This record gives sequence, C-alpha cells and structure tokens, in this order.
Amino acid sequence: MRVTRYRDGARAIAPIAVAAVTFGVSFGVLAGSAGMDALAATVMSATTFAGSAQFAVASILGASGGVAAAVLAATLLNARYAPISVSVAPLFEGGRLRRLLESQLIVDESWAVSRRADGRFDHKLLVGAGLVLYVSWVAGTAIGAIGGEALGDPADLGLDAAFPALFLALLVPQVRTRRALAAAVLGGAVALLLLPFTAAGVPIIAAAAACLIGWRRP
Amino acid sequence: MSEVWIVVALVGAATIALKSVGPVLLGGRPLPDHLTGVVSLLAPAVLAALVVTQVVGGDREIVLDARLVGLGAAVVALLLRAPLLAVVAVAAVATALVRLVS
Repeated sequence: MRVTRYRDGARAIAPIAVAAVTFGVSFGVLAGSAGMDALAATVMSATTFAGSAQFAVASILGASGGVAAAVLAATLLNARYAPISVSVAPLFEGGRLRRLLESQLIVDESWAVSRRADGRFDHKLLVGAGLVLYVSWVAGTAIGAIGGEALGDPADLGLDAAFPALFLALLVPQVRTRRALAAAVLGGAVALLLLPFTAAGVPIIAAAAACLIGWRRP
Repeated sequence: MSEVWIVVALVGAATIALKSVGPVLLGGRPLPDHLTGVVSLLAPAVLAALVVTQVVGGDREIVLDARLVGLGAAVVALLLRAPLLAVVAVAAVATALVRLVS
C-alpha cells in the first residue's frame, strides 16, 4: 500500500467539510438563541469539537434545562469516543501532551475515513481529515455566532443526509468478512431497537458492544 | 462563572478526556492480541449504528423522512461504484429535492 499523507486525509473529508461548516454556522446561531454568547459558542466548538453533543447542549440550555441535564446529555453522546479512541490508540506516538492534543482531532468522520482497506487505521489520514473538520467546525461556529444569520437551514440543503451516506459508504468496504458483517448487522439492529427508548447516544454505545463478538480469550 | 461557561468547561473537559483515553493511556503501542479482534469489529458496529441513528433518529423516536430517500440514492450510487464525493452529494441532493417538492 502506498504511503499516505495528511493531504490524503484532507481530500477524503472535503465533501463532509462543506457540511461541517454549514452545521457549524447553525450551531453558532442556535447557541446564540440559547443564551450562549459568541465567545462561549466558539470556545465550545474548539474544546468539545463534537457536533451532536453541542447541539444537545444548546437545545437544553435554550429550554432552561439546567447545567446537569446538559452535561449529562453531552457526556452520553460522546461516550462512544472512549472505545473509538482505544481503537486508534496505537497510532498516537510521542509524549503524553502531544497524544492528548492530537487525539482531540478524533471525531466520527475523521476516524471513519482513517480506516484503510486492509483494516488498519492510518494516523495521517485521521489527523489530515481531523484538522480540516476542526477548522471547518470552529470557523463555521464563529461565523454563525457573530453573524447571527444562518446561511440557510442545512436540512433544506439535504446536508443532514450527507452524514449517514458517508458512514454507509465507509461501512460497505469493511464488511467483507462474515464476522464484520455480523458486527455491522448486530450494531445497526441494537441502535434501531434502542432509538425510541433511550437518551441520544445510548444506542451507539450499546451498538459498539457488538464488537465483543470478536473477543478472544487472552 | 455563568451557567453557560460552567457547561462549556464541564462538557469540554469530559469530551477531551473521552477522546484521549486510548491515545494517552495506550498510545504508541500495539493493542494486546486479545483486543485486536474486538477493535477490528468496532468500526463496522459503530458505523452501522451511526447510519441508523442519523437516518431515522429523532428525539426518542424513529422518524422516517426525506433522509431515507437520500440514503437510498446513496445506495444506488454505491452500487454504481461512484466515488465517495458523489455518494455524499447524491444523498444530499436527493434529500433536498424531496424536501423541496413535499
């Protein structure tokens, strides 16, 4: 397999970066209407860098739902990052601080595009894609929070459908083995079953447990 | 500190910790053998769950809307072996068109 570069990761994620900017603007606008000032919204995008959790926080604060509810919802939504970060842990080298900083570029999309056809994850793909998404998301948030006007509803542009399409396109080449297919079917089924009954985020963590069918006795 | 900033600080700290747990504690070393089988199946399991939650997910409910048409269009594009950019674009355009006419 040829050597990958950061640029390859950036290129792979480009179509999704467009959606990330647009959703960033929406988050900035929504955060403003929920009582978050532009600085708070932008700092949140720069430190949390996780779209679904941030939208949940803004909608809970906007409905005067309180600090505890907002933090709990966001933490549940981001809990999937614990197993995800373990899956790519071997990619991160260097000192603890460098690993801590680089690991903040892990988001669903950068993680998904960093998986190569041979099943291994690639550090440069992850960091290249993660940086593009980070800049898109933070810049989009600042524009929305300061400008206060949405470019249009991302849903009108169909951009909410861009994300499942990306994940499906990245899933297909990974289900070549029977076990991988079983994990995908099980994960999808668990998520669908739990969706109506649990808080957002829980279906994904529960689905992640489907990977335990790959457990081998140590 | 205002309520907003407390939330920003706590959610930021929790997310930074969750994202860094693997790289900080296990970084730079290969995963133990018994974990590699599990980890190799994490991507298919989580990606399938992300597809499901993002295409029919609502607020504690299953919502069937234009996103499903977009995903259907993406499936067709995948069957035609379209590149990633085309798959994503086709899904967005199909969804937008359905919303435009409905």
